[in-house]
Amino acid sequence: MSDSSHKSPRPEFRNINAFTDLTTYRMTAGAWVSILHRASGAVMFLLLPFIIWMFDKSISSEFSYAKFTALFNVGAGGFPGWFFKLIALALIWSYLHHLTAGLRHLWMDVSHKAVTKSFATSSAKATFAISWVLTAALAAKLFGLY
Amino acid sequence: MTTTTKKSNNVQNNALKGWLAQRITAAVMAVFTLIVLLQVIFNKGAMGYDKWAGIFSSQWMKTLTFVVILGLAYHVWLGMKEIYMDYIKPVSVRLTAQMLTVVWLAGCAGWAIQVLWRV
Repeated sequence: MSDSSHKSPRPEFRNINAFTDLTTYRMTAGAWVSILHRASGAVMFLLLPFIIWMFDKSISSEFSYAKFTALFNVGAGGFPGWFFKLIALALIWSYLHHLTAGLRHLWMDVSHKAVTKSFATSSAKATFAISWVLTAALAAKLFGLY
Repeated sequence: MTTTTKKSNNVQNNALKGWLAQRITAAVMAVFTLIVLLQVIFNKGAMGYDKWAGIFSSQWMKTLTFVVILGLAYHVWLGMKEIYMDYIKPVSVRLTAQMLTVVWLAGCAGWAIQVLWRV
């Protein structure tokens, strides 16, 4: 107790600035997977009404199915079809990243070998590889490249 | 055992239950994704209303989808609660956000289930 008055105060880091401090952090692959796991989950939460709307229209009747496809081909409310395709693509990426990163977590939960530092990096990179390749494949399908 | 220990045991117990529920619901949704995907790929015919609605018309698929909707709502609730706990400091704001999210997710689940039984 008496010592503490002689020591210089320990540095405290509070009120981290999102623009000047966070941008200087050097994030590992695992850190990127982690924050994007959270971000992709939040995106899907925010777009939940749109997801259920798509489920509703696509499944209720042939008439509503036509409305569902028209949204992406013709557009709606002044927005062109590709705008809604981009939203769908954001959902596709969010789902694929969230799923792949989630499977990585499940793997780490059941295997002691999977919680090493090197596996954290290699599996994080694999997560990006898998989710980006699948996203690209579905994006090509969505925009009619094949 | 002191009250503090009991209390912290309870908190840990709840956190463990949440953690486990998050994993179980995730696994169910992953299996569901695979099942839907396999039917999209291997069911006969071009993709259109009949094939798509047909996937959800069987009783077992309805039951599975029903479970997935409930699991999804619970999974989203656990995840959003975590986000709120990290970023929203004032207890009153956080509890309000949590309460609204529960009501919102219950409504979304109800909507999705209603749609499911329309097929």
